[in-house]
Amino acid sequence: MAEQKTSVSVQGLALSYGAVKVLHELDLDIPEGEFLVLLGPSGCGKSTLLNCIAGLLEPSAGKIFIKGKNVTWEEPKDRGIGMVFQSYALYPQMTVEKNLSFGLRVSGMARDEIDKRVKRASEILQLEPFLARKPTALSGGQRQRVAIGRALVRDVDVFLFDEPLSNLDAKLRAELRVEIKRLHQRLGNTMIYVTHDQIEALTLADRIAVMKGGIIQQLDDPHTIYNKPRNRYVAGFIGSPSMNFLRAKLEGTAAAPSLAVAGGKVSLKDYGKMSGFTPGSEVEFGVRPEHIRINAGSEPGSSDSFDAVVDLVEPMGSDSLVWINLGGQMLSARVESSARFHPGDKVTLRFRVGLSSLFDGQSGDRL
Amino acid sequence: MANTTTIEASGPKPRPLFAPGRMFVYAVLILTSIYYLLPLYVMLITSVKDLDDIRFGNIFVPTSDPSFQPWIKAWAEACTGLNCNGLAPGFFNSVKITIPSVIVSIAVASVAGYSIANWPFRFAEVFFTVLLVGSFVPYQVMLYPLVIITSWMGIYSTLWAVIFIHTVFGLPILTLLFRNYFSSLPPELFKAARVDGAGYWRIFFQIMMPMSVPIFTVAVILQVTGIWNDFLFGVIYAGLTNYPMTVQLNNIVNSLQGVKEYNVDMAATILTGLVPLTIYFVSGKYFVRGIAAGAVKG
Amino acid sequence: MDRPNPLFRNLNSKIAALPMMLIVLFVFVGGTVWTVASSFTNIKTLPIFTPQEFYDNWVGFAQYTRLWRTPRWITAITNLAIYGTLYTSFAFIIGFALAVFMDQKIRLEGVFRTIYLYPFALSFIVTGHVWAWIMNPAFGLEASVRQMGWASFSFDWLTNREMSIYSVVIAGLWQGTGFVMALMLAGLRGIDDEIWKAARVDGIPKWRTYIQVVLPMMRPVLITTFVIVASGAVRTYDLVVALTQGGPGHSSQLPTLYVYETMFVGALSQGTAASSVMLLATAVILIPWIWVEFVRKKQA
Repeated sequence: MAEQKTSVSVQGLALSYGAVKVLHELDLDIPEGEFLVLLGPSGCGKSTLLNCIAGLLEPSAGKIFIKGKNVTWEEPKDRGIGMVFQSYALYPQMTVEKNLSFGLRVSGMARDEIDKRVKRASEILQLEPFLARKPTALSGGQRQRVAIGRALVRDVDVFLFDEPLSNLDAKLRAELRVEIKRLHQRLGNTMIYVTHDQIEALTLADRIAVMKGGIIQQLDDPHTIYNKPRNRYVAGFIGSPSMNFLRAKLEGTAAAPSLAVAGGKVSLKDYGKMSGFTPGSEVEFGVRPEHIRINAGSEPGSSDSFDAVVDLVEPMGSDSLVWINLGGQMLSARVESSARFHPGDKVTLRFRVGLSSLFDGQSGDRL
Repeated sequence: MANTTTIEASGPKPRPLFAPGRMFVYAVLILTSIYYLLPLYVMLITSVKDLDDIRFGNIFVPTSDPSFQPWIKAWAEACTGLNCNGLAPGFFNSVKITIPSVIVSIAVASVAGYSIANWPFRFAEVFFTVLLVGSFVPYQVMLYPLVIITSWMGIYSTLWAVIFIHTVFGLPILTLLFRNYFSSLPPELFKAARVDGAGYWRIFFQIMMPMSVPIFTVAVILQVTGIWNDFLFGVIYAGLTNYPMTVQLNNIVNSLQGVKEYNVDMAATILTGLVPLTIYFVSGKYFVRGIAAGAVKG
Repeated sequence: MDRPNPLFRNLNSKIAALPMMLIVLFVFVGGTVWTVASSFTNIKTLPIFTPQEFYDNWVGFAQYTRLWRTPRWITAITNLAIYGTLYTSFAFIIGFALAVFMDQKIRLEGVFRTIYLYPFALSFIVTGHVWAWIMNPAFGLEASVRQMGWASFSFDWLTNREMSIYSVVIAGLWQGTGFVMALMLAGLRGIDDEIWKAARVDGIPKWRTYIQVVLPMMRPVLITTFVIVASGAVRTYDLVVALTQGGPGHSSQLPTLYVYETMFVGALSQGTAASSVMLLATAVILIPWIWVEFVRKKQA
């Protein structure tokens, strides 16, 4: 396999505002052409990390490399990056064409080179009809495309996106999401994308870095993050509707582990490799709503059945979410909308153990 | 990577303590500050010199033998064209003018602003717009009509005339201030009070005013400064016995009697500026807010 | 409590706003109308009120022609043009420059702001007398600088007929630039931080960002400030009274002084004519503001 060159490398990056530490010695290597998403709630440090990579914020410690060059002390314009902001940040008094070409003109580039690049960017982003308009005459989606165009004309290797779709309504967000993915497929540049929206993360990313409290909780491709979350936090953050967590206790032996949960027993032989087994320890049993079977017969990969009572049904169009009371703990299970359940119905549950997760009761780490 | 230095870039970029860019900024700011502070400095040192020192000395060099005699003279004995009672009568007149003027002008304007913002009636906005435009009309255009009006009212050449004038000319900006402020308060508060059955005056006194301490402060500062510093209206409308401090100051400094006593003049000038300056230094951000409010239209 | 007559609806509000309405009608509107109307008559000391009186004394534009033939008025208007232009432009340039420097995240920002703004808290009379002293021909700036070594230094603006109006400019700027700076700084602070970031990523140097990106974005603040500063310049009175008394001779005469000198001493209609010209000047200044407020707002 040919060695993939690293596009962006972050080493030991830390940032503190006085006594408050916002980033905790982060390490991150991003190969060329990857679409990396930094995902997390407000205040987790994702925007801070992006701004450090961009050179807009100064780290308290650590190094940043872009295409092999140490850019830790370089100005943003010398780092080979282009950036797209949440509020578009277009120059309001300039036409679209001027917005795109301003930076290039300031750098003293030849006029025909500028025109060539502006033309190319307008073509890719379908901006030709608006080149003479000012930002106030454009819709939100059009403005965002101009913002992307401004980064495009810089002919750089790395694109940085700081929550670019957060200011748009849901429909527009979905449309532009697809356009950004298409852009990535067409251009193949490295893209680092910050968002708090997990749907954007899951659909756009080659890899996702889930962040909390200035620390990267997990760095993996979307599939792994969804199915094998590394800790309780990531498991609860990703997935909508969110994962169910049941209090449980480990039992049995390392060769034949099992779980005491909700007054019953679940065999863990299909769980896969566990990172540590201490019988008697308190754990959390995490299972996603779509991995709970209601009123199903015994199947390979499913656990034994449990008796439970339906509490509430939420119809969601394509399927329904059924809230079930299992011995005092609330679970949600996803079912086809054709299956009709009513509050008070007695049902049986089976868990698909192979797709579930176990978390240590204290640390929250995955077992 | 041709890196001739042995240090690899890491962490925050080292910045020299005296970067040329920052130095330039501070240099400009400090030099400009000198232009602004110079007159204050000159005023102070001149006011404590004796006359020989002034005549033969240097305007920028302080005296080694300061005396407060000029200050005492300025306050109590300096001569205008008419009498030699110093600035003191002017000071008390200014107080007599300022306090009622501030109260009346703010009372009229706050209520007007409240009406326009919360209880608009037909033509309310029209009056407001005319008022705003009127604030730009040069005073000279209304000087004579106001002489006529105050004569009709029987108050020309009295304290009441000046109070009336200051109310008139304070109205545009104060009404703007209050109207904007009341408009910016959450409307739910007002609606809830009306649902509870409260009327115009009750809402004003029990709900609006307690919430409006900042804006009243700004208004008071604006008015006290403007009215205390006024000269034109004091000279025209107040009457000879009611001349405010600014007029008194001008008469003292420009009086043609006797020898010009620059030290007394400077002491008198400082005394006249003392009240607004004190307010300025004490009120800080409210003063700035008042200025900004003067510029924010709508 | 609903009465059928709409006049009584919302009664409390109307009563409370009555003083304001009366003042607007009689002082602002009535006064302006009276002054402009009187400028077309030849009244000298006694004001007139009835339409009949106006008809009897009507002289058309005679006062205005007389005005423009009076040398003192020409001086006044010329001085106003000089003072107004210089004062407004320099106040803007210095004020904006200071605001930009203050925007650089400097330490002791509060101290500097206090220093630049305190002259604004002073009366024009105070300002005028202080600068009159500094520019004193015998003992002021000129004498002191010469004493300190520069024997050929000369600063006789106060006594020089050609230069007296410029001394007013210096004093006026000292008082007023702090105000412009405060407004400009507030405007600068209102610029979205992400615009700055975008410009930085684009590689635009700071000074260029201020001039080509930030300044155009501040158009509303600029226009408002311009209107306030320029209309204030038209009204300059106290400062000249204190600093030069209009002299030497009448070389630093301004329209405000001219009005005062004619209106109350037997040339009433002349005074009103002069006032009306000032009104016109102010109206011209207001045009950009009106354009922004009404025309552009309707577009947006």
